[in-house]
This record gives sequence, structure tokens and C-alpha cells, in this order.
Amino acid sequence: MATQTPAIETHNAAASKPSRPLWLEVLHGWVTTVDHKKIGLMYIGYALFFLVVAGFEALLMRIQLAVPNNHFVSPQVFNGLFTVHGTTMVFFVGMPILFGFGNYLIPLMIGARDMAFPRLNAFSFWISAFGGILLYYSYIGGSGLYGAGSAPDVGWFAYAPLTSRVFSPGHSTDYWTLAVLLSGVGTIGTALNIVATTISMRCPGMKMSRLPLLVWLYLVTSCMTFVAVGPLTAAQIMLMLDRYAGSHFFDTQAGGSAVLWMHFFWIFGHPEVYILVLPAFAFANEIIPVFSRKAIFGYPAMVAASVGIGFISLGVWAHHMFTVGLGPGANTFFVLATMVISVPTGIKIFNWLATLWGGKIHFTVSMLFAIGFLFQFLVAGLTGIMLSVAPFDWQLGNSYFVVAHFHYVLVGAILFMLFSAFYYWYPKVTGRMLSEHLGKWHFWLFVIGFHLTFDFMHIPGLLGMPRRIYTYEADRGWMIWNMIVSSGAAIQAVATLLFVFNMVWSYFKGAVAGADPWDAWTLEWSTTSPPPAYNFAKTPTVASRRPLWDLKHPEDPDSNYETEQHLPRSSQEESL
Amino acid sequence: MFASQGWCGLAAIATSAVGADPTNMFAPAGTPANSIFSLSMLVLGVTSAIFVIVSGILIYVLVRYRWRKSGDKSEQEPHQIYGSNQIELSWTVIPVLIVVMLFLATTRVIYTTEHARKPADALDVTVIGRQFWWEFSYPKLGIVTANELHVPVSDPSHPLPTYLTMSSADTDHSFWVPRLAGKTDVIPNKVNTMWIDPQAPGLYLGQCAQYCGVQHAKMLIRVYADTPQEFAAWVAHQQQPAVEDPRVAEGRDVFMHNACISCHTIRGTVATGRFGPDLTHLASRDTIASGSVPNTPENLHRFIENPANLKPGVLMPPMHLNSHDLDAVTAYLTTLK
Ligand code: HEC
Ligand SMILES: [Cu+2]
Repeated sequence: MATQTPAIETHNAAASKPSRPLWLEVLHGWVTTVDHKKIGLMYIGYALFFLVVAGFEALLMRIQLAVPNNHFVSPQVFNGLFTVHGTTMVFFVGMPILFGFGNYLIPLMIGARDMAFPRLNAFSFWISAFGGILLYYSYIGGSGLYGAGSAPDVGWFAYAPLTSRVFSPGHSTDYWTLAVLLSGVGTIGTALNIVATTISMRCPGMKMSRLPLLVWLYLVTSCMTFVAVGPLTAAQIMLMLDRYAGSHFFDTQAGGSAVLWMHFFWIFGHPEVYILVLPAFAFANEIIPVFSRKAIFGYPAMVAASVGIGFISLGVWAHHMFTVGLGPGANTFFVLATMVISVPTGIKIFNWLATLWGGKIHFTVSMLFAIGFLFQFLVAGLTGIMLSVAPFDWQLGNSYFVVAHFHYVLVGAILFMLFSAFYYWYPKVTGRMLSEHLGKWHFWLFVIGFHLTFDFMHIPGLLGMPRRIYTYEADRGWMIWNMIVSSGAAIQAVATLLFVFNMVWSYFKGAVAGADPWDAWTLEWSTTSPPPAYNFAKTPTVASRRPLWDLKHPEDPDSNYETEQHLPRSSQEESL
Repeated sequence: MFASQGWCGLAAIATSAVGADPTNMFAPAGTPANSIFSLSMLVLGVTSAIFVIVSGILIYVLVRYRWRKSGDKSEQEPHQIYGSNQIELSWTVIPVLIVVMLFLATTRVIYTTEHARKPADALDVTVIGRQFWWEFSYPKLGIVTANELHVPVSDPSHPLPTYLTMSSADTDHSFWVPRLAGKTDVIPNKVNTMWIDPQAPGLYLGQCAQYCGVQHAKMLIRVYADTPQEFAAWVAHQQQPAVEDPRVAEGRDVFMHNACISCHTIRGTVATGRFGPDLTHLASRDTIASGSVPNTPENLHRFIENPANLKPGVLMPPMHLNSHDLDAVTAYLTTLK
């Protein structure tokens, strides 16, 4: 098969060898690698696999819900499906895929040869990967060795006391707990690595004020991870103690507190949403400028807004708990905190629009997905404002409206931006372009499927349909909307298969990309595609935020403008 | 203002196309649901305005600044703009003002709902959430019933709200009847309160809105808003002891000599269990199994034979009665008017 271009194959360490390595050697190379690019790719491959698995689970649920009183799956199976779907998507798709991109791109974008701690990097990947396997092993071992398997069925936020041994006998909840715990350990490791790399591995001239925005956002995300994952890990350990060591943190029958778990979980869970969405912003910050042919508008404001979002997002968790009965004082506080976060978020949207303004917008598939992201993120933000209005949330909370809202964020914003990132960086990783033709099909099908599913999903919520019900009554008027939602899901599935096909096909048959197919401006485009194991033959030196712009436009380099306009005087002098 | 646009449009479709929908939050029938409704219209107005403006700008920009192959003298890059403090300040300040406005409107509704003064003659009901049904008791009236909550209708000029004091016997639940009020979680080891005041007589539907285990989906709620006369009659009837009909003495015996009595109460008999619904006036209810099926002799028969037939995952075990006993006990239960 790979007859034409041996160049493509070089990235599996065979560069110097004349003959193709044995598959065992290849495997060994991947398993033992500490190269940030290979680890990044493993993260991405792993996440894509689970994306397909969890997407399939979603399809099963949509079949069940398409009509009222359906018997396609039993309630037990359904409850397992939504638990595993949610857990997989957050912990074993969202986190690894974003870390995968970060791993791959950050060293390349800051002119470094690897992450700061390559072996920690490998460790983090494998421990997270093991977590995912543990979660699914529950299907085999969930009831202990003698019983049939069962999936965890406590919901992805696993409210106490449903997780206690009284209500969750067997081991499925333990598999869930351990899976999440392990993934948390891996997450902390990678976050630590990203922070250390960003702080200490930048190439000469790359001051923090010249850091590509992508790297800034990954820095913020990683710092948030430190704060968020701790409480989650603590809560999982407390839950284990409750289940096996006789403690009563969440054991309400013995005086424990169900609300305590909610606090722990959402102190993790809300920042987590931003941990997932900031990398999507990160991609947008690189891709939108390149295809508008303009510098990002208001770089310092973008950095400030990201840091602002990072901080505020640590103080909004109880907006998931407006119905818990915290009292009007607490509710009011969390309404305000939640509404305030829309200000920096708004700044980002406006700055992206201003970046487009006056540009020459190229509608590549990557850009199409980025525009989809912009539009859908706007909508998700607005439904978010509705949910932040506590009394409105008393109605909308835990209904299908919420499900629609957060899928608008996770799919409409994050997944769209991920697709955009795939089309944008695939050429760098493989040396081949993804097919734009197939890509357009992928994009339009996905847009149609997405909007059919998630626009119409708001409505049953408004009509009183709670989430997590395996079936519903025929007299509620929810059926027609659920039918539409389910049909959209099928279209999205087809589009996703097209994407997977495109990835495989283009790997062998795609047009050869060259080092810099998009005429872009950041450092990763200055090395070959795919980059050599050492990334850069010679450590680059930069003088502005867009080093390749400076190279391509020596008559009018960025460094002339950046310093004067936005930076405080002290840093101006440094840079001269 | 932008009623035909964007999200308002969506809400409007929802309300108009399905005006008859029993759980539509945009068809409020009580004070808490009403004040949420007005607030939500304000929020929908503001967010649709933002939506129209911002997506309008987005579309304009995409059309106006698209790259044109022919028109351009190609290679040239557009003019580079790096930012503008004035412009960025303006799109910080305007959102801040909007936030302040929304925040104040929200706070008002939070306090008027959660801090409403309770009238002296308000009705008190204790709500206990259970896997997978609801226990309603009226402590001052000495009534215990299940799944079907009867409350008096509340005339706006003469408010007669019902206060629900709620907790859970097992996992978390949430009490949600969208046309009457927002939801309130029902949590073990925690007591929450909420109030409802249906303003027109009739039946209001809802269901558990917090995942509570296998049969979360079939933990439905029915609220009957009765006229004052109807309500008084209902109370008087529920306060009676269970009917003793000699024609079903055999079924009664079956019931009293089986484990039924350790889970169910029938007032005035040896049956005093609390794990399942009170059956004293079972036959006066329209549905069984927490609203899952109509209360007909056939459904009752099928349910007692094996409750999981109608409600898989239910916590009442199949009692393995022979068909004779099954018929007898069903006949007995149908007399418990
Ligand atoms: C282990 C406890 C238990 C035993 C024993 C038991 N039940 Fe039940 N029963 C329940 C529970 C719990 C429910 C509520 C089921 C639900 O709706 O989720 C219930 C519901 C019912 C209902 C429906 C009530 C309603 O209003 O929805 C009937 C009727 C009933 N049981 C009859 C019987 C009879 C007759 C027997 C004996 C042959 C019996 N039960 C034995 C626990 C029990
Ligand atoms: Cu429930």
C-alpha cells in the first residue's frame, strides 16, 4: 500500500532504517516512546476510539427515546448507557483529545524539542488509558467474578447516596470510581508537564507576551486542572472509604451528607467545563486569524479574558445546585458569579469577530468548522445565561434543555473546533492534506445533523421532559421532538464515519502538504511535515508573536507594532 | 420585542404548537411558575436581541470579507489590525450593564419565591421521595396517601397556598410540576420546602427530576387542584378508616396473612408497613405504581402478580400468590374506596 511515499512513514522511527520495521518493533516503539508527538498522537487515537464507542452508546439511547414507551433497551441498560456515555465523553474523549493536541503542538509552537518531563508524559498517558479500560471492564466484571457484568449506572456525576453499597451493590460503581480516579492522576501529570514546559522551555525571544495564544490557553487550562481535580480525587477516595472502610461521608442513612458530594463534584465539574472549552478557544485563536489572513485582534485582552475565565470559573459551581435548597443568599451569589463569566466570554467572541473584520476569509473546511464553532458557541453562551437565572433554572435544570445546552458546548463548540483543528494540523502530522472535498461533505452533514439534534432537543426540556429517563408517557407531547432529535443523531453518525474515512484515505492518498500549506505564522509550520523526532534542526529565535509573518514580510514585521500598542513600557524596553 | 426571532421564536413554537401539553413550563398556572415565566420572557428577550445582533454581524463579516479569487490582486495580505482599546472597552462595558440588569431582575424573583410570607391558613403537606414513588402526608389532617397530591385551588384574591416540606427516604429525587412551580430537590437527611398555589381547578402533571435509580422514569406526580368543596369532601373521605366489605373477606385474609402487611398500611387493620404506599384508600386513586398505569382491576392484578411486569426494577417483589389468592386479593383491594 504505502509504495509511493516512504517519506510519510518516517515518523515511526524508521527514518534511518532501509527496510520496513516489523510490526512488533513498531508496536514496541509506540509503547515505550517518550516523544511528545507520539504521545500526543496516542492520546488522540485513544480518544477517537472512545469517541466512536460513546457515540454509539448515544445512538442506542436515541433509538430508545425516539418513541414513547419503547422497549428497545431495558431501564437497567439505559441507565448504564447514559452513565458510561457521559463518563467516557468527559474523561476519556474530551480530556485525552485536548491533551493530545496540547502535547503535540505546545513544544512545536514554542520552539522546544520535547515536553519538560517526557517520562512523566508517557506515564500520564498510560495511567489515563488504563482508566478507560477499567471503566469498560465493568461490563465484564461489574458484579464480581461470579455474576454477569454490569455497567456503572449512577449517572456521570454519581450523586450520593445512590453510590453507596445499599443502592449500588456489586462492583460497577467501584470501576467507575477507580477509572475516574486514575484519569485524574494522568490529568494532573500532563497539566504539570504543560505548565513546566510553557514556563521553562520557550525558545529564545519567546517572552510570555509573545506566546502563541494556544499555548496561553493551555497554560490557563492546566492551572485550572490543579484546582479542579483535587476535590474530585478526594471525593472518590472518600466514596471508596464509605463503601469499604465504614466511613460515612456521604452515607445519609448514617448521618452523612448528600449535598457534600454535590459540592465536591461540582467544584471539579464546573471548572472542568472550562478546562474542556479553553483548548477549543485555543484552536480558534490560531485558526481564525490564519484563514482571515489577519493577526488576532486584541491579544492582551484575549489573554486577560482567558485568565479571567479561569479564575471566575472556580467560583460558579453551585449554579449546578440551584434546586438543592441552598437558600436565597447562596443562590444570589452564584447567579452573579455565573453571569459575570459571560463578560470575558463575550470579549472573546467579539475579538474573534473583529479578527474576521477586514480580513480575506478563506472558507477551507477547517475554517468552516471554526465558523460553526463561533455561531454555536454564541448560542450555547446565551442558553447558558438563561440557565444562570436561578428561577429559570428551577424549571430548566435537569431537563432536556440542560442536556441540549451542554451538548451545544461540547459538540457545537468543542467538537466542531476539534474537527477544525484536525483539518488544520493533519497536514503537519502526516505530511498529507485531508481531502477538502470529503471534508465539505463531512462539514455539511454534521452541521445538519447537529442542528436537527441539538436545536430541537431544547424543546422537550421546555415541555417538562427530565433527563435520564429511559422512556416517557405518550400524552406529554414530547414524541415529535424526540423523533427529530434521534434522526439528527443518525446523520451525525454518518458524518463522523465520513471523517474517519477521510483520515484513513488521506493518510495514503491525500495531496502532499509540504511544511506550510496554510501560509501560517507560528513555529510549527517552520519545520517539516511530519516534524522530525527532534522537531527543529536549529532552535528558532523569535521577535514577535508571529515569527513566520516576520520572515515572510521582512519589510513590515509584527515586532514593529506589538510592543508599542499594548504592552507596558518595561516589557517594551526589554524587547528592544 | 423580538418575539418572532431566535430563541423567543423557539419558545413560541413550543408554547403555541403544544398549548395543550400538560407539563409545559410556558403555560403557568400558579404564582411561582408565573413569576418564573415573566422573568424568562425578559431573559429570552435580552438573549434573542444579543443573538440577532451578534449573529447578524457574523454573517455580514463572512459575506463582506470573504476572499475573492478574481477581484483581489492575490498575494497581498489585508491590512493588519492588532487591537483597539476603545472598542474593546465598549464591548466590556455594555455586557456588564446587561449583567447588572439581569442580576437585579433575577434576585427579585429569587427572594419573592423563596422568602414569601406563609399565610396562617396555608395547607401543610409532607412529601417523602422514595424509590420510585411519592408519599404525601397531611400532618394536621391525619391523612397519608401516595403519588396523587390533592390540594385546594388558590384564588389569587384569597391566596391559599400549599406548603410542601420535603425529604427523601433513600436517594435524591426532585419534585417537579412545571405548570405550578420550578423543581425542588428531595434529598435524604435534608429538609427542603416549596409552595404551590394552583389557580385553576384541574390536574397538573409532573415527575421526579433527579436521577434516583432504575425506575426514575416512572416516578410520576399528579397534583389535583380541587375546588374548596371537592377538597373538603376528599379530606373527609380520606380520614375514614378502610372499607370493610364482607364479600371480599377472603382476599382480605390473603392480604393479612402475607408479607403485604410488612410493607403496606391499611388503616384499622394489622397492616402497618411503611415501605410501600398506604393502601387504605387505594381504590380512590386514579393510577397505581406512581402514575404509571390507570388503576383498573386488570392492572392491579398484573401488578400484584409481578410488579416488574408494569414497572421493571420496582422495589415490590413478586409475591408468588396462586391464581385463586391473586384474584381474591385483587378483589379486596378494589373495594378500598
Ligand atoms: C417488600 C415490600 C413490599 C411487599 C412485601 C409488598 N409490597 Fe406492594 N408495594 C411496595 C412498594 C415499594 C410499592 C411501590 C411501587 C412503585 O410504585 O414504585 C408497592 C406498591 C403496591 C401497590 C400499588 C400502590 C399504588 O398506589 O401505586 C399495590 C396495589 C401493592 N403494592 C399491593 C401489594 C400486595 C397485595 C402485596 C402482598 C401480596 C404487596 N403489595 C407486597 C412494596 C411491597
Ligand atoms: Cu426519583
